[in-house]
Order: sequence, then structure tokens, then C-alpha cells
Amino acid sequence: MIDRSTEIVKFDNVGLRYGTDPEVLSNLSFTLYPGSFYFLTGASGAGKTSLLKLLYLAQRPSRGAIRMFGQDLMTMPREKLPELRRRLGVVFQNFRLVPHLTAFDNVALPLRLAGADEQRVTKAVSDMLEWVGLGHRAQAIPATMSGGEQQRVAIARAVIARPRMLIADEPTGNVDPDMALKLLRLFEALNNRVGTTVVVATHDVHLLKKVPDSLIMRLNRGQLSDPTGALRYPPRPAPSSVPGSKQ
Amino acid sequence: MSVPPLPEAPEEAAATITAHARAAALLPQPRIAGPMPWVIAILIALVVMAAAGGLALRNLADAARSDLAAAVTVQVIEPNPDLRGQRAEAAVAALEGMELVRSVRLVPQDELAELLEPWLGAAATSGDVPIPALIDVELVRRASSGEVAAIATALADVVPEARVDAQGDWLRPVYRALAALQWLALGLIALVALATAAAVWLSSRNAFASARDTVEIIHLLGGTDNQITGIFLRTVLREAAFGALLGTMLGLGAAWLLGQQFAALDSGMVGAGVLRLADWLAIALVPVAGVLLALGTARMTIALALRDML
Repeated sequence: MIDRSTEIVKFDNVGLRYGTDPEVLSNLSFTLYPGSFYFLTGASGAGKTSLLKLLYLAQRPSRGAIRMFGQDLMTMPREKLPELRRRLGVVFQNFRLVPHLTAFDNVALPLRLAGADEQRVTKAVSDMLEWVGLGHRAQAIPATMSGGEQQRVAIARAVIARPRMLIADEPTGNVDPDMALKLLRLFEALNNRVGTTVVVATHDVHLLKKVPDSLIMRLNRGQLSDPTGALRYPPRPAPSSVPGSKQ
Repeated sequence: MSVPPLPEAPEEAAATITAHARAAALLPQPRIAGPMPWVIAILIALVVMAAAGGLALRNLADAARSDLAAAVTVQVIEPNPDLRGQRAEAAVAALEGMELVRSVRLVPQDELAELLEPWLGAAATSGDVPIPALIDVELVRRASSGEVAAIATALADVVPEARVDAQGDWLRPVYRALAALQWLALGLIALVALATAAAVWLSSRNAFASARDTVEIIHLLGGTDNQITGIFLRTVLREAAFGALLGTMLGLGAAWLLGQQFAALDSGMVGAGVLRLADWLAIALVPVAGVLLALGTARMTIALALRDML
């Protein structure tokens, strides 16, 4: 159920460039609403990862304005950013697990950083690892894990703190189709039951079919070519909503 | 397919305390193997030695100053031994009548001859060389140069050949040398503190650079600057404490050995330079100050490095 009375994220004419290079993202204006499920698609180099970096607060835009959880990111002091980041769950493209920590400790990181009670952390992390099929690998360090296992740890870490927005960059790239579906179901469950807004960047068009109520944002050379959500998969002829609305 | 049970959001008040403690364990804590503890040990040892030396010199100068500041020496320069004795007696009598004078002692000729023998040889006792009569005068308090001049003027009326010298004046060059040595010790301590801060700064920067990926991950997962700084400070505290302890032991050992060497001289002046309880307490603060300096420098270095990250 989409709550359009509030917005999770609002981009207004946002542009991003690295150094003096040309803009990798240009004139992005869109709104993400609570409880919606978005797929972000586009060819390699279209700017998906750059857009995700703006969303998970790893980058400030070169121009334009961004509001997140009702707060203006452009004027927000950096000391306030951790509080916002704790409302996000992120699955990075290259997992970005802490190499010397075990799978258990990696998944526990967001909870521990937020100061959760250790008893609660132990229970939640154990359950989560069981659920992603890595209960037996809790004490393994990332270097001894396969790509798929690392990816599942990264996903478990992203969702463990029940984020208000989940951002995933190619989250199913290294797992088999069964596990990909299972992970997608986890995202869906978070979306439906907890109300987490989900943004998944993917190349896999087959994945888009698996979440029927999802919306598609397509990036083409740094520009959002589908600002109205008309290019959702499968395409619909009469778009009438902004991205973030489900029809 | 169900979502596994997820923890409730942590309470804010409890979060800060536990988060800091947990955050400290987020980076590997290697064994003390890098150069920083050893560099700190050497620098702290130097500071301990410089501090011990500086404090000993201060004690020595204070003792000498308090012994000599309230005393003057009167010389009666008269080649005729008979007249010299009479005028010396007259000078003693005149001095004893002065308010500022506590006691007067005419140094016996034998004692003078014995004092001068190392320089004059047999001539000191032969009577061929006229030796002035010497009067040790202890004053009731430290006299100003004006008061010493007044004593000299009053004495000149009775014994024109009398020459009055403040004993402290003789040692003024020695005081100046001791003060210079104390400043040198202080300067050395300041330089070593600067070198310690520079070593910690470099080490912290390197540690931050090598852990940058992990720091970024922790940042992106909502870690605060304080939590990230806490991770590094824990390592710095461990290494600095180890280095400071080792350096203090080395410095104290060296200071003790030097003290033994000087004590063997059996000189009253050097003996006055012995360290007192307050001095030992001040030296005990050196490693504490070293650790605090290392922590402060590391905190500032990491804070500046973090400021470059969003």
C-alpha cells in the first residue's frame, strides 16, 4: 500500500559530475513514496550506481536538491547523516563486507552501530543467517566464502535492521535462480509487511516480472527516461502517475 | 516465504554507550608490532631523562641560591699582616653592629691558606704572598644590591681597605648556566613532544588509509565519526600506553644510573640536586602526558581525515 501523503525521497533537478568530467546524471526529478518497490534499470554506464550512491548518501549531488525522510540533504550538516543512513539498508554491488569480520559480525554491524542489545542481536542475526541459508557459515570470514554466500551475507546485513528504504545494486548477480527468487521474496516481504521502500538496480529483465506491483525507473545516459513510470515491465500504454505510484 | 523475526529499533539512550563499546571491536586489533610503540618508548625515555635532569638542576640551583643569597664576604686588603689583623677585627666589630647582620665569622688565616694552597702552592703558607683577611657575613635575609652597597659604605668609614662582595654575585654565571641547562631540558621536552605528536600523526594517517574501505563501510552503515574515531583510539591507547611504560622504565633506569654516578662524586653541591617526592610525581606524569598527547593527536588526525568523507 503506497502512502502518497509523505515522501521518502524527492529529487529536484539533480545533476552529478565527478570532478570536471561531464555530468553522469542530469536533471533528475522524481519522488519515491513509502512502501513502493522500484526497479532501476539501464545499460552499463547509464548512471545506475551513481544514482544509488546519491540515494545511500555516499555522494552529494553537484546541483539540484534532494530531500530524504523530509529533510533537506543539501543543507544538512554531515554529523546528522549517520542518523539518516541508519534508516537505509544497502546491498553494494561488490558486497563490501568487512574482510576480517565473520559472517555473523558483518550481519550484526548495523545493529551494533545502532547500539542494539547484544542478546537481541544474537537472536536476530542467527535467524537471518538461517533464513538466507548461511546458518552453518556464521563464523566464516568473507575470504573463505563463495561470491553467492558473500552476497547473501551482504543482503542479510542490509535488511537486518529493518530499514525504511532498501537500496540494492545488482543483488542477485552472483546467486543461482532459486536463491535469487528467494532473496527477491525477502525484499517483497519487507516491502509488503514492514513497509520498506525498495530500490533494486538490475540488468536482469526476468527479475522485473517476479514482482508484479513493482515500478521501473530507467536510466539512459544519466537521464531518467521514464519519469512517469510508463516503462514499467511489462510496458503499459497509459501512464498517469509519477514514479512511486502503483496502479 | 516468511521474513525472519527482526529486532526492534534500539533505544537511543542505550545506543550511544553500547555502540561505542562495540564499535571499538570493528577493526582488527593487531599485536604490538608497528614502529609507533617503540618510537614512543624512545621519545618518552628522552623526556623522562630530560625532566629528571632539569628538575635536578633546578633543585641544585635553588639550594645554592638559598645558601648564598643571604650572605656577603668582606675582604680586608692590607699587605701588612699586623695592620691587616687589626683592620679585620675593626671590620668585624663594625659589622656586628649592623641591623642586617645575623652573624660574622673571621676566617682563620690557616683555613685561608689551606683553601689557597691548591692554587698558590707553598707560597700560600709562607707569608710571602699577602693574603687578604676574609670575613663571612650571614645576613638576616636576602639583601638587595643597594643594601650590600650600604654595608660597604658604612664599613668604608671604619676600614677603607674593606671590599664587600655579595656571595650570590660570584655564582651568578653558574646560575645562568644552570638556568640555560634547565631551558635546554624544557626545549628538549617540547621538541620530543612535537616529535611524538608527529609520529602519532603519521601512524594514525597510515592506519586510517589502510582501513579506509572498512571505515567507509561503517560510515555507510550509519557509524558516527565518534564511533569510527573510537576504533582507532583504542589501538592508539594500547600502543601508546605500552610505549610510554617501556620508555618510562628506560628513562628512569638511565636517570638512576646517572644519579649514582653523580652521587659518587660526593660533592655537597651535586648532592643538593637530589630529586624530591614532588619531582618523582612530576616525572610519573610524563608517560600519562605522553599517552594523552598521542590520543589527542590521533583524535585530531582521524577527525580531519573523516571530514574529507561525506
